[in-house]
Amino acid sequence: MGSGIEALVNREYAYGFVTDIETDTVPAGLNEGIIRLISAKKNEPEFMLEWRLKAYRRWLTMKEPHWGNVKYPAIDYNSLVYYSAPKSVKPLQSLDEVDPELLRTYEKLGISLTEQKFLAGVAVDAIFDSVSVGTTMREELGKLGIIFCSFGEAVQNHPELVEKYLGTVVPHSDNFFAALNAAVFSDGSFAYVPKGVKCPMELSTYFRINSANTGQFERTLIIADEGASVSYLEGCTAPKRDENQLHAAVVELIALDNATVKYSTVQNWYAGDAEGKGGIYNFVTKRGKCAGVNSKISWTQVETGSAITWKYPSVILQGDNSVGEFYSVAVVNKKQQADTGTKMIHIGKNTKSTIVSKGISAGEGNNSYRGLVRVLPKAEGARNYTQCDSMLIGNKCGAHTFPYIEVQNNTATLEHEASTSKIGEDQIFYCKQRGVSAEHAVSMIVSGFCREVFKELPMEFAVEAQQLLGITLEGSVG
Amino acid sequence: MSDVATRKGFRDNAALGNNGANSVNTRALSPIEAYRANFRHQPAGPEWLQSLRAQGMDRFEALGFPTTKNEDWHFTSVAPIAERMFHVARTSEAGISSEGSTAGIVARADLERFTFGQPAWHTLVFVNGEFSPDLSSCAGAGEKVRVNSLAKAVRSGIGRPERHLGKIAAFNRHAFTALNTAFIQDGALVELQADAVVDQPIHLIFVSEGEGEAVSHPRNLIVAAQNSRATIIESYVSIRDNCYFTNAVTEISLGEGARVDHYKIQRESEKAFHVGTTQIRQERDSQLHSFSFAVGGSLARTNIYTSLAGAAASCTLNGLYLADGVQHIDNQTVIEHIAPNCPSHEVYKGVLDGRSHGVFNGKVYVHPEAQKTDGKQSNNNLLLSPTARVDTKPQLEIFADDVKCTHGATVGRLDEVAMFYLNSRGIGRETARILLTYAFAADVLETIELQSMKEELEKMVLSRFAGSGT
Amino acid sequence: MGPNGSGKSTLAQVLAGNPSYQVTQGTVTYDGQNLLELDPEVRAQNGIFLAFQYPVEIPGVSNAYFLRSAYNEIRKAKGMEEVDPLEFLDLVEEKLKLVDMDESMLSRSVNQGFSGGEKKRNEIFQMAVLAPRLAILDETDSGLDIDALRIVAQGVNTLRSPENATIVVTHYQRLLNYIVPDFVHVLSNGRIVKSGGKELALELEEKGYDWLQNVDAGAGAAA
Repeated sequence: MGSGIEALVNREYAYGFVTDIETDTVPAGLNEGIIRLISAKKNEPEFMLEWRLKAYRRWLTMKEPHWGNVKYPAIDYNSLVYYSAPKSVKPLQSLDEVDPELLRTYEKLGISLTEQKFLAGVAVDAIFDSVSVGTTMREELGKLGIIFCSFGEAVQNHPELVEKYLGTVVPHSDNFFAALNAAVFSDGSFAYVPKGVKCPMELSTYFRINSANTGQFERTLIIADEGASVSYLEGCTAPKRDENQLHAAVVELIALDNATVKYSTVQNWYAGDAEGKGGIYNFVTKRGKCAGVNSKISWTQVETGSAITWKYPSVILQGDNSVGEFYSVAVVNKKQQADTGTKMIHIGKNTKSTIVSKGISAGEGNNSYRGLVRVLPKAEGARNYTQCDSMLIGNKCGAHTFPYIEVQNNTATLEHEASTSKIGEDQIFYCKQRGVSAEHAVSMIVSGFCREVFKELPMEFAVEAQQLLGITLEGSVG
Repeated sequence: MSDVATRKGFRDNAALGNNGANSVNTRALSPIEAYRANFRHQPAGPEWLQSLRAQGMDRFEALGFPTTKNEDWHFTSVAPIAERMFHVARTSEAGISSEGSTAGIVARADLERFTFGQPAWHTLVFVNGEFSPDLSSCAGAGEKVRVNSLAKAVRSGIGRPERHLGKIAAFNRHAFTALNTAFIQDGALVELQADAVVDQPIHLIFVSEGEGEAVSHPRNLIVAAQNSRATIIESYVSIRDNCYFTNAVTEISLGEGARVDHYKIQRESEKAFHVGTTQIRQERDSQLHSFSFAVGGSLARTNIYTSLAGAAASCTLNGLYLADGVQHIDNQTVIEHIAPNCPSHEVYKGVLDGRSHGVFNGKVYVHPEAQKTDGKQSNNNLLLSPTARVDTKPQLEIFADDVKCTHGATVGRLDEVAMFYLNSRGIGRETARILLTYAFAADVLETIELQSMKEELEKMVLSRFAGSGT
Repeated sequence: MGPNGSGKSTLAQVLAGNPSYQVTQGTVTYDGQNLLELDPEVRAQNGIFLAFQYPVEIPGVSNAYFLRSAYNEIRKAKGMEEVDPLEFLDLVEEKLKLVDMDESMLSRSVNQGFSGGEKKRNEIFQMAVLAPRLAILDETDSGLDIDALRIVAQGVNTLRSPENATIVVTHYQRLLNYIVPDFVHVLSNGRIVKSGGKELALELEEKGYDWLQNVDAGAGAAA
């Protein structure tokens, strides 16, 4: 079975090219001057600058967290560049104004920013290094009152919404990386779906890190007003570079009464080479708040890239009867390290959460699931079901499971199950006897293992996710 | 296996819902200094023992009392222990304690309720950590078996405990084990020669008694050579309802093919503090059957750590904890799979009533060489009252690819449907509640092979929560 | 046929190329090729099919997807076009009837949660779809009740044609009431000790495998 596994594990990173484009970059280093400069470049109102400075001052008092099951050399925050933007980007009237070099970059990544995307029924916001380079399908969405734009534009055009919701789920002081993000974030996506509107298409952001030595700090804020629903997709790639790059994003989701937000990620940042050189440090804070009754927030993630992943998409279940979900596939190979999972904080009555985590470890990778389910005293009738499975391929990798279950209400029901398994020699032989190659057999078996998560992804993304694992999806999913 | 990293941050940045219960400041320098002073006043022993104690004391000072930032003590604040100035339970002057001085405080009759009605069992009684020959009856355990007080063995050199003492229990990592090591005085030394089979269980009873807030550090060593077999029970009890601190450590070495059934029965006073660590090393084909029962103490922690160091060694770790009132009962287990082909099975169950707080923290760690590991772990908790609380953290850390490991944890209350069913058959709520609680615990009690113990613990489960129904 | 431990299943596994078996001597020639040099999937692509005694479970992978992957890989090897999911569905519907299975089984995971009888019927169903030139049925009758046995046998008989061959490995004569063999070979201690027509199976049923020990000795003496 060796050859099949090798092939799966040692695929070349297909998105490692660099786009040669002129950029507007601020000097390396971090101080109040840099923050004022970023804020000025973005022409922000006073409240934004104040918020950034508050976060920065708080960040100075904080320590980088090291409780994760990951190891990496110290990061010199003063050598990083905190803002880098393609020079040609000015407020765009239409996509025709986007630099053709950038459009080509996204075409190469399989993300079409041109109008062809209409057919696919997906609205895309493309983030190149620190800023948004174009958002598609705006008019169609505008007719329904849906706002989907870059964060920068939202600050200009809808400051009242930004001021009302920014930092209400992930406060500026939440943790070291979130505080850093609050201080320096340059752009990101913003979506607001008004009362009673079901967003008719997938909203999507595609993140691309291009410049060297640049940290990427984007911030996404999605609000589903009462009775609204929205499905949101996020994809990410970066060039191959020998040095590590920091990505410290923040995502805040808010679901009001009877609203639903579904957030899907396929993360394929450059993972570094076989020796562990280079790759993205993906230190991300993602959190949703089910603020209203009967609201629902669902996270689905497929994590295949990054040298180090440190992220816990979480749900605060505040509204009665609200629902939180977390579906995750995390794959590590070479020397990748992932410490990922979720937190489900049950506050409201009859709140319900489901966690399905599938970890695949290959090469010398280490995969940790870390999950917290906390039931507070007033969360009458709270329920959680957690399933957490690991698969190991080879003998130099590791799988770790750290569930934390904290219950302060005796009407709660919680179940946690976990298992670890391997691909059986007998399974491989059975497939081969039917004429299927070892590579395909491994793909198929891994895909079967991840099926419960893949079926949560929107179809377009499911295909991309599957391809990332070297797997053909058709028939196996849905 | 360094697990001292602080991972508290993971739970904290959830922004909401941290009730701050774990934020007690556990820094308390002066009590540690007091331990140092007491350490200096300890009666001298042989050179090897002096040296071992000194290492323990140095290590304890370096580690300090664990705080809730220590992942191993995440859900349990030891501040009530760390902030108290316990005085050393009485020992006599001449180096290692002279025996027989304690019988006056505790009478044989006082102990009857702790012996499971089994006078034939080999019984060693320790009062405040000191062996009491008057209360003990351990003659005739068999030719190939030596059962002694550790103090006596140290004095006489019999059995050369220095070969094993401090070699299994990791005092470099665990502060309470280091503290115990600094104060090694007495305890039981059980030696089973190759092929020895002990006919009757060996029962070690540790009684804490006397005035004032005293601390004792019982230290036991069990060495089972190849193919030997024994059942050993450790009971931690008190006769009156005093406040004291027991900090016990037991080291068990299981040779090839040896089997030890180890029962730990913790029924300390409900005002007492208890930290007990049992650490085991298992060679090839050895079997460990561990059962831990915890019902006493205001703050009690039991650690069972076993290393499956030889191929095809197996272990079963079962436990039951019952808490009520404001008790805090914590159980930690670590099963370290070092060698291949080892099965490990673990079931811990907890019943929590009143405002009690139960904790389970179990880790299965599989080294890269430990292929064909078969690990099963489960933890189930029953919350009887709206104010009871439980925190559970079953962990798997796996570095080998050809293994089968599963774990599961559940938290819930009594099944309302079952309750209604019993009610509809004319059984009152109170009786139904007791019956269903008993049913919850029954399968883990069923694993006890000592009939008289099983029956007595069943009775305790049935009576423990009677009359507290809401 | 042959008693327990005579090497029947070993022969089946070796022909299919199970890597757990190492061939220390001898050759196998199939269609003029040295079979032992081929990877298992190449043998399959060349028309060898093994119905497993213990069919393997593959959680999360649907029968439809699994079988279509196999079908297309075999077609690819023959230089033929792959079929899309809809064409494939049309193709398999008829074959399902052959083994009396419902279409819903196509969306279930490969052999997961199948009863013993269902697993064996699934093997025959796969055989029907893949249409091998040499099918090896390894103790397909073991653990089957009489109804399931009839269904399996019916499947095998329907697929029988001058273009293909089937090796039926069995311990009991029972299966041969339903599948009438052209030849019967009896294996003992890894060797064919007796060959004959279908009547040999009946003779074996009557006299038992002990009778063969004598045959074996006789054959040895004669040589």
